[in-house]
Formats: sequence, structure tokens, C-alpha cells
Amino acid sequence: MLVLEKNAITDEIEESIKKHGGDRSALIPILQDIQRKHSNISDFAQQEVARLLDIHPVEVYSVVSFYAFLNTKPKGRNIVRLCQTITCDLQGKANVAKAIERELNCKFGETTQDKKFSLEFANCLGLCDQGPAMIVNDKVYSQITPEKAVQILSNFK
Amino acid sequence: MITNKIKREGAVIFSEYERGSAIKKALSMGRDDILFELRESKLKGRGGAGFPTSTKWMLVAAAKADEKYLICNADEGEPGTFKDRVLLLEYPELVFDAMVVGGYTIGAKKGVIYLRGEYEYMQKSLEDYLEGMRKDNLLGKNILGKDGFDFDISIFLGSGAYVCGEETALIESMEGHRGEPRNKPPYPVNTGFLGMPTAVNNVETLAAIAQIVVRSGEWFKQHGTDKSTGSKLLSISGDCKKPGVYELPWGTKISEILELVGAENTKAVQVGGASGICLSKDQFDRTLAYEDAATGGSIMIFNENRDMLKVLKNFMEFFVEESCGQCTPCRIGNVKLLEGVEMIEIGDYTFSYIKKLKELGNTMKVASKCGLGQSSPNTFISILENFSDEIFNNVNGGSHE
Repeated sequence: MLVLEKNAITDEIEESIKKHGGDRSALIPILQDIQRKHSNISDFAQQEVARLLDIHPVEVYSVVSFYAFLNTKPKGRNIVRLCQTITCDLQGKANVAKAIERELNCKFGETTQDKKFSLEFANCLGLCDQGPAMIVNDKVYSQITPEKAVQILSNFK
Repeated sequence: MITNKIKREGAVIFSEYERGSAIKKALSMGRDDILFELRESKLKGRGGAGFPTSTKWMLVAAAKADEKYLICNADEGEPGTFKDRVLLLEYPELVFDAMVVGGYTIGAKKGVIYLRGEYEYMQKSLEDYLEGMRKDNLLGKNILGKDGFDFDISIFLGSGAYVCGEETALIESMEGHRGEPRNKPPYPVNTGFLGMPTAVNNVETLAAIAQIVVRSGEWFKQHGTDKSTGSKLLSISGDCKKPGVYELPWGTKISEILELVGAENTKAVQVGGASGICLSKDQFDRTLAYEDAATGGSIMIFNENRDMLKVLKNFMEFFVEESCGQCTPCRIGNVKLLEGVEMIEIGDYTFSYIKKLKELGNTMKVASKCGLGQSSPNTFISILENFSDEIFNNVNGGSHE
């Protein structure tokens, strides 16, 4: 990582701390800011957060590794979360998943080669009355079909 | 993009309400009077555990501390539950007004709504709503001219962990730790967020409180049964014509619900989400109530064509993924139960081993640290027992593959 990039990340974290405060209870909001911007929380970012909050880096890593929406490895520009819980499952989640996998030539749990999409299954999204449901970044889609799902994804860059 | 399908607005939570009216009424009452109305109403927590709300608030109100907190638990993650989403999008006034009432009653200056990460798309509209309340002096300093009563609400966004719906895990998460439940006691009412007395209430509980304060505990009690007063918002999904949110009085029979939502050829009803119980046809005359079939609101309907073993497998996979891994009975127990389901699926099992797994389930119920591991065996045991014919005799004439 270039020095300039490192400095930029440190600046961002300092900005975040200004917004959320420098207490331990600000840790998750700070990590969410980094995650939103970079789609992952790198080792360096974790160490910087630890230094600025004055806690051990392992504490930061233990939190990042616990939550499903925080991750340490780079992901695609858009994160697709397809609900896998029972009612969405009964309403045809498997066919939607297969259609997406065929279209993007990428399995769930992986990232496309062009880094455009990361495909993930999520647990209950709270849209059981209108499944199958899918969240792409922070946009929600309900009652999707295989065809609709592929069409939705084609609108993302 | 999504629609809030409210299919039936009942007479309690969805009865008429004007923004701010609970706050106005509360500020004209004494704190003890509010607690008295709540006790009269016999309101119990709507998240599923059913702890008496008045007791919780009384304990926090009585605790002596510099700071106190009121947290609204909007980490709605139970499979099949979506009533909180609808309440927050359609009736935020009920929830937020009740939080202000709570702040006044228990003596808290800060309220936090813990919104699950999956509901990030709501954050903007909720923040705008709170800003509107600040403008109208329903939040902020000296609320509605009441000298010395300051209260504000902030939003804390979760990051995708089912277990954070457990109140102590939720508090851990807010403090910047892994969402692992704490040992209890001490309970949050004494030692909660940042070690201070904290009331954690479900979204729907708060909505009910707003109506109780405006009307009365006596009025609330007229609905429902003797032990389960008021109404319940049910999130109904699965094989039926009209899925959505229904407000029904406690004491409603499962069969009545099935008729109402247009469910046909129903084989099974999962009451209370993945951690609830699965009822078969001969149990459809049971009623929804804390004293009978309790639920946090999730009702999932399965018709004759569904393979109950597959349903069970989906639930067990869910628990294996969402167990926080802190205590052994839950971390390993759920994996063993899932393996058992997979053994049945391929036909490689013995009945003596299945019996052992049920015993393991009963051990998990008493030995697990929090509600997750204590309730996940319910589904395993109830599906295997209520649908043993289908699962072990293959009465549907096919394999599970």
C-alpha cells in the first residue's frame, strides 16, 4: 500500500472519529464507515482504528470477524444479498440464485472476476410476505423472479 | 420497491393516534401514574420472551445512577418476522413517542434505536422523522416546555448478526464488542449499556405503550385474554393467499388465522419463527397466547406439498450460522442437530441416535447461555415429533432427495 493511500485512510478514520466520538462504543459505526467506502476493512485500517481508539488491534479484528456485514477481504463494488431463509426458499430462491450464477458466471460466496459483484446469501431480510427478497448494497427488491433478478443486476455499474 | 402489506388493522395498536399525544399526556401525569397504567395493562414484552414491561421500567426507574438509557430493539431477525419494519415505516410516531415517554418515566436522557443492518434502507427516513420531532420540540431540551426534561434519540445500525436481538448481546454490540450475550444476572435494568441501568424494549412493545398512555391500562386489558392482554401484530408468510401483517387479539385460534389469511391444505404452522414450535393439523385449535402458543409475531404456513425435513434443515442451517459460538451447548449442539437432519435426509440413521439427539436438544435448552441455544432445539424436536410419519415412514411416497 502506498504511503499516500495509508495517509488517506488515516484521515478518513479521524473524520469518522470526529463524527462518532473516540470511545469504544464508536467502534462499530467507525468500522461501518470504512466498510461502506472500501467494501472491506484492511489490516492497515484495523490497526489504525485500534491506534486511534487506543485499543489492541486484536480487539478490532475480533469485532470485524464477528459481524456478517464487516469483512477483511476486498469484495466487489456491489454486494448482492439474497435471502436464503425458509419462506424465500419456498418462494423460489434457488432458481433466482441459479439464474444469477449463470448470468454472472460466478457462484454465491464469490466475487465476479471484474470485481463488479459479490454474491452472498443472507438470513431473513424481513420480507417474508413478499419473497424472494434481495438487497443490493442498500437497495431492497422483493418478489423477484430469475429474470427480474438478472435485469435488476444489469442496472448496476 | 417494497410494500407494507397491512392486512388487518386491529383495535389496539392501530387505533387512532395523533403524533405527540402520548408525550403530552405523559408529561401531565406523574411518573408513578404512568407506571401504574402500565401495570394495570399487564403488557408483556412483544419480542417473544414476554417479560412484564411495567416491572422492567419500574426497576430502571428505581435504580440510582447518573445516566440511564432506553433502547428500542429493532434488530428484528427472527425468520418470518417483519412487523417492526412495517411499524417503523408506517407508524414511527407510536414507537418514538413511547421512547420519549419511557425516557421521562425511567429518567433517561438518551434513547437509542438499534436498527438491524439489513434495514439500513430505512435509516434515512427515520433520521428525517427524528429531525422533525426535534423541530417540534418533541425531542431535545425541555420537551414541550417541561422544565428539565431533556431526551434525544439516536440510531445505531447493526451489522448483520441475529444474536444481537438478545438484549445483552445488543448492548455488547453497542459498546463496540462482539455481539455475545452476557451472563445474567446482572440484568440490563441494573447493569446495562456502559454499566448503567438500561431498559431494552421491542418496537411493538413501545407502540403498545403509546396507546396505553393515551387511553388507559384498563382499556388495553379489555382486549386479549386474562394472562395475555392486548393484541399482537402477526407477520404471516408462507403458503397462503394473503400474507402480511395482521393485528389480532391474543387468544385467537390457529385455525381462525388460517381461514383469515386464505390458507388451504395446510399441513404445518410454525409459530414463533425458527426458534418457535411447529404445529401439525391436530393442534390447530391451539390459541396464540403467552400461556399457550407464544410468538414474537412470526407465523409461517406450510401446505401439503412441503417437505418438513427440508424445512427443518433450513432452520437448523440458520442456527448453525447464527450461533455466536460463545457457549458450547449452542455452538456444537446445533451442528450435531443439523448433522442428524442430514443423516435422516440420506437415510443413514438409527432411531437410538435420533433419540440421543432429542436428549441433546433438551440439554441445550437448559445449558445454553441465551435464548438462541435455549430455543433452537424446539423446532428440531417439534418437527421430528409432530411429523414423524412423514419424515420416517415417507408417507408422501418419496425420498427426501
